Amino acid sequence: MKKLTQSRGTGLALAAVGVLMMAFGIYRGEMMVVLTKAVNICMECIGIG
Amino acid sequence: MDKNTKIKNWPRHTIQTVWAALTNSHVSGFVTGKIYTGKMKNVCVPGLNCYSCPGATGACPIGSLQAVIGSWNFKFAYYVVGFLIFVGALLGRLVCGFLCPFGLIQDLLNKIPFPKKIRTFRGDNVLRKLKYVIFLVFVIILPMFVTDIMGQGAPYFCKLICPAGTLEGGLPLVLLNKAMRGAIGWLYIWKNAILIVTIVLSVIIYRPFCRYICPLGAFYSIFNKVSVYRYHVDMEKCVHCGKCAKVCQMEVNPVEDANSLECIRCGRCRQACPVQAISCGLRKQ
Repeated sequence: MKKLTQSRGTGLALAAVGVLMMAFGIYRGEMMVVLTKAVNICMECIGIG
Repeated sequence: MDKNTKIKNWPRHTIQTVWAALTNSHVSGFVTGKIYTGKMKNVCVPGLNCYSCPGATGACPIGSLQAVIGSWNFKFAYYVVGFLIFVGALLGRLVCGFLCPFGLIQDLLNKIPFPKKIRTFRGDNVLRKLKYVIFLVFVIILPMFVTDIMGQGAPYFCKLICPAGTLEGGLPLVLLNKAMRGAIGWLYIWKNAILIVTIVLSVIIYRPFCRYICPLGAFYSIFNKVSVYRYHVDMEKCVHCGKCAKVCQMEVNPVEDANSLECIRCGRCRQACPVQAISCGLRKQ
């Protein structure tokens, strides 16, 4: 276990998983949800709604 | 601490300030009270930075995560979780130390003199687990399962807890918009109360929000032990003087655990080490 956490390969493999997940999320249109939320004032975030 | 040990915080604060300025560079927003609506908001920033801040040019990852999880058509946020895994796997909590505007604010608040600063207290270690509970409950479970008739969940962390949203978005927008001032209710008062408590505690305790509350720090902390960028203590050089643990404001002992979940990789321990036993950077193996 220690060997696994100390290996640079683990970090790089996880980073690659992250990239793949991002790509899949973008492919299925999640970015549009993020954009829609981010370009409108989030009333909950600022404590109004 | 040895009087000869001089810790230089300004290089890190410079990076924090430059990064905060870059990710909040929509300066006209602070005059007009309108937020940036360009395409760059497709992209998450690594730190906690409210996207309703008038200056924000990117999306807050925690807000985005709740938005996607709480949307009627998606119940898992591959894009945002993938982004967080990518950043965490490369940098771990280096983001907290260098790339989080709310971390910078707490750093600066802690510089305000106070008669009795608190380093740690009974129950401190247990309380630090709270951020993981907050991540699970307010960022994942509530937005996923507590939904309206359309199947949409609210961003419960942002709504009920996040003081960064109040400070960066709530205060400037309410000050700049008359209509919003008229819409203030109990929630605004509640969130401002949390902000005030956070500010006061930040003067007394180093980074209380990061230690106990921040779900983003909780997520990145999981990667501290496996991230590509990490700390290393050369035990052959170490003289066990304890200076590194003494200067750590997050109360981490690097000799015991150089990549502790609580380490924000600020580099103070490295500067304090008299024999240069602590190094950081990309792992060789």
